[in-house]
Amino acid sequence: MRSRAQLLRSELIGVAGVIERNLYLTRRYIWWDVAFLVWTVANTLTIVFIGRGIEASGGAIDVERVTTYLLIGAVIWAYLGIIFEFITETVAWERWEGTIEYTFMAPLRRSAHLAGMAAFAVVYGLIRALLIFGIVGLFFDLSLSNANFLAAIVVLLVASVSFAGIGIMTAVLPLISPEKGAQLGFVAQGVLLVVSGIYYPVSVLPDWMKWLAAISPATYALDGVRDALLDGADLTTMGPTLGILVLIGAVCIPAGLALFSAGERYAKRHGKLKRSG
Amino acid sequence: MSQPHPILETPPQVLTAAPAIEVIELRKEFRRKAPRTATGPRRRRIAALDGVTFTVARGETVAILGQNGSGKSTLVRLLSTLLLHDGGTAKVFGHDVFREPRAVRRLVNRVSVEASFFKKMSAAENLSYAARFYGISARETRDEIPRILGRVGFPINRRTEPMENLSRGMQQKVALARALLTAPVLLLLDEPTTGLDPRSKLEVQKFVREIRDVHDATILLCTHDMTEADTLADRVGIIDRGKLLALKTPDALKRHYGTATLEEAFFAATGRTFAEDSDEGEDDEDDEREVLA
Repeated sequence: MRSRAQLLRSELIGVAGVIERNLYLTRRYIWWDVAFLVWTVANTLTIVFIGRGIEASGGAIDVERVTTYLLIGAVIWAYLGIIFEFITETVAWERWEGTIEYTFMAPLRRSAHLAGMAAFAVVYGLIRALLIFGIVGLFFDLSLSNANFLAAIVVLLVASVSFAGIGIMTAVLPLISPEKGAQLGFVAQGVLLVVSGIYYPVSVLPDWMKWLAAISPATYALDGVRDALLDGADLTTMGPTLGILVLIGAVCIPAGLALFSAGERYAKRHGKLKRSG
Repeated sequence: MSQPHPILETPPQVLTAAPAIEVIELRKEFRRKAPRTATGPRRRRIAALDGVTFTVARGETVAILGQNGSGKSTLVRLLSTLLLHDGGTAKVFGHDVFREPRAVRRLVNRVSVEASFFKKMSAAENLSYAARFYGISARETRDEIPRILGRVGFPINRRTEPMENLSRGMQQKVALARALLTAPVLLLLDEPTTGLDPRSKLEVQKFVREIRDVHDATILLCTHDMTEADTLADRVGIIDRGKLLALKTPDALKRHYGTATLEEAFFAATGRTFAEDSDEGEDDEDDEREVLA
């Protein structure tokens, strides 16, 4: 029998394999990544310039604070988008390339497979978010005199566990219905972002949307990052926010894995692991 | 025990007394679109496999002949743990395919008619990450990937080219290398030479023969090619509309049906030629997907 240590070693090598594969793909599609980065930077600029636009049209606002507020929202939107895209496409991407059956018949645990996808998404998304923040920041005077960057990154990393869990929940959709599933993944991502106060406080939302905001990890991630960057809040001050994010993550990851497992059984029952595209 | 693999510290666990494959009354059904009626259901159930029973001994090569939609690929997918069954049992070296899928996955690999890869990635990259999924580290594959590619007749100097630049025959050789890299003791070949040019086909067949003769691998080969089945297999099975009609040595099969060739034996068994495609069975997986997509 294989020892626990050997099994753990195999699973860790498998996680590394998922990351390795995504690195190869990133290298092969690097100019697409550059193009999407430029597009996201341009899109972020159009949003952040709204702060100056309000002042130019006569509004009395703290422009530096508003531009920083909008920039944080846009960067986190981009970060979440990458995480959801990578994890949601765990199935859709492989089905398109035709490798899905080979991945699903390998002895790698599904949790290890998805952990590899999530780990790559978090690292890639974080690097990309920092690049966008840095590039767009060059265009504005930002309100960062009290910023606690370390605390902001810790909040983002803790929140990423929940985001990965929700990503795994949406990744199951293409297993159940190859095309509609991928479409529903985008819808879920959009809904999550709208209710989470990306460019506005959630207090402005209608009451029914506030309920959704209260259970969205993005709400707490945005609050935490803004508190850290705009007001210099430290990790001690943000204990309750981090606690809620840990709690949501502790629910989302097992729920995501259970849903994915059920989706995989459904796909195997109905013959949906075959190639499409 | 199987022959130790050069790069695996722990070879897959094989229960030596058990047959390589033991399938008893295996059933798999798919739902199929049906014309809407006032009272009847919109879908009907089609048996892709209908009570299939057979055993493959360790080290044996068995070919399964059947038309498109006869159930061959469904059988391979069930044994690969890619489908769940609707009845019966299937064991691989004593491990229940549906209750112990991870144990089975360590023992099995598959080469299908489509050499499925990430097309922008190179052969070496595709093999490298695939090996990781079987717990094989980068240190272990560094020398092994060029060696295995060389063995299947793939030009080593092209291993860093994107797969999309390679011919279909080349891609199929990489698919064979991918399967071999994980040291499977049961190799499932689902029409591995379909669509290949004659030279590539002969090279792939030569390599399959080598795996059979040199290694302690058991091979289940699903094919359309009668000559391939006749020359490579110890026994040949005929499957039609989900039922396994016969499984004997090629000579015994010809004697049983009183024919001179396997093709004639196939016709005698099924009443049909290979040119006639079935519209039943496994193709219904696609039909169902279209309904729900």
